[in-house]
Amino acid sequence: MTKLDNFTKGIIRENPVLVLVLGTCPTLATSTQTSNAIGMGAAATIVLLCSNAAISALRKVIPDKVRIPCYIVLIAAFVTIVQMLVKAFAPSLNEALGIYLPLIVVNCIILGRAEMYANKNTVGDSVVDALGMGVGFTLTLFVMASIREIFGSGAWFGMAIPFLQNFKISIMTLAPGGFFVFGCLIAVVNRIMMKKGKPRRSLGCKSCPCAEACGKASCETEGKGAEA
Amino acid sequence: MAGHIVSFKGCIVILMSAVLVNNYVLSKFLGICPFLGVSKKLDQATGMSIAVIFVMLLATAVTWPIQHYLLDPNGLGYMQTVVFILVIATLVQFVEIVLKKYIPGLHASLGVYLPLITTNCAVLGVTILNIDESYSFIESLVNAFGSGLGFLLAMVLFAGVRSRLESGDPPEAFKGLPITLIAASIVSVSFFGFAGIIENLFA
Repeated sequence: MTKLDNFTKGIIRENPVLVLVLGTCPTLATSTQTSNAIGMGAAATIVLLCSNAAISALRKVIPDKVRIPCYIVLIAAFVTIVQMLVKAFAPSLNEALGIYLPLIVVNCIILGRAEMYANKNTVGDSVVDALGMGVGFTLTLFVMASIREIFGSGAWFGMAIPFLQNFKISIMTLAPGGFFVFGCLIAVVNRIMMKKGKPRRSLGCKSCPCAEACGKASCETEGKGAEA
Repeated sequence: MAGHIVSFKGCIVILMSAVLVNNYVLSKFLGICPFLGVSKKLDQATGMSIAVIFVMLLATAVTWPIQHYLLDPNGLGYMQTVVFILVIATLVQFVEIVLKKYIPGLHASLGVYLPLITTNCAVLGVTILNIDESYSFIESLVNAFGSGLGFLLAMVLFAGVRSRLESGDPPEAFKGLPITLIAASIVSVSFFGFAGIIENLFA
C-alpha cells in the first residue's frame, strides 16, 4: 500500500465515523456548530498523531499483556497536554467543548487505531494512518456540523444565511437532530457503497478496541444477527 | 465543597435532572457505544446498565476524595484525566476479580459487561462532571446514581423500541444502524417532555 493510499483510506474507504462507526459520542455532541467541530477534530487529530507515533515507537517495548493500560496512560498524557494548550490559547473553544475535551481519552478512534494499526506498523506508516484518520474524523464532523448549523441556526461559521435565518429548525442543533443527521449520513454512505456493489458493513465489532472482552457478551450475537 | 451543607431538596433536584432532563445518553451523548451495541435484548440492556450504575457509584466514591484531598492540595489538578482513567481501569479490574472469587453468581451475569465499562465515556464523564460542577461528596454520589439510573431508563426504553424495529421494513440503505439512530432521535425527542420538570418540582 502506498503512502497516499494509506492516507486516503481514512478519509473515504475506512472513514472512522461513518464506516467503522467509532467515536460516536464526540461526533454527536460537538457537531452543533462548525467551529466546535473543527476544534474537536483538530484536538483529536493531534492526540491521535502523538499516540500513534509513540505507541508505534514503543511497540516492541510494551509487553503484550498490559498493552491496553499502557496505551490508555500514553493517550491520557497527550490529552492532558492538548487540554492545557487549548485552555491557554483558545479558552472559548475550551468552554464550548467542555467535558468532551478530556473525554478524548476514551474516544474509540484513538484506542482503536493503536490496537489495529500502530502496534503492528512502523512509526512513519502509523503517522500517515493517524493523519488520514484524523482528517477523516474532522471532515465528517465538519459535514455534520454544517448540516446542523445551516438548518438549525440558519448560519454557517456564525455567519447568518439570509433566507434560512427566518426559518430555523432549531431541533437540528439539539440532541434529536444529532441522532437524525448521523443516521441519514450513514444511510447515504450505505447507498453509495451499495451502488458500487460493495457489501454493506454492519455495526461491526471487529474495529472496537474492546472486541476481545465483549466477544463474550453481546457482540457475538450481534455479529451473528447481522450476518444472518 | 467539603464544608457545603447538603440539602435533601438539592439532592432530589440533582437526581431528577440527571435521570430525566440531562439524560446521559439522550441529551449529553455519553455512552452511545453500549447504548447502540447492547440494547438489542432487554436482559443484556439491564445487565449492562446495572453494571454501569455500580461502577459509576464506585468510581465517584474513589475519585472525589482523590481530587479533593490528594490532587488539589498538591497543585496536581491537571493530572485529573490521567489519574481518573487509571483509577477507573484499576477499579473495574479489581471488582471483576472480587466478584469472580466471592460472588460467582453475580459475576456470571454482570462480569461480561465490566471490561466494556473501562472505556465507557459515561463513567469518566460523570466523575469529571462531579468535579467541574463542584458538587459535595454526597451530591456527587447522588449525581452518579442518577446518571446511572438515567442510563438504565434509556437502555430499557430503547430495547423495547428496537424489538419493534426488527419487524419494520425500512428502505435498504437505512437498514441496520441508520434506522436505529433515527429511532434514537425520536426517543430523545420524547425526553424533551421532561424539560420543565425541575423548575416546577418544588413550586
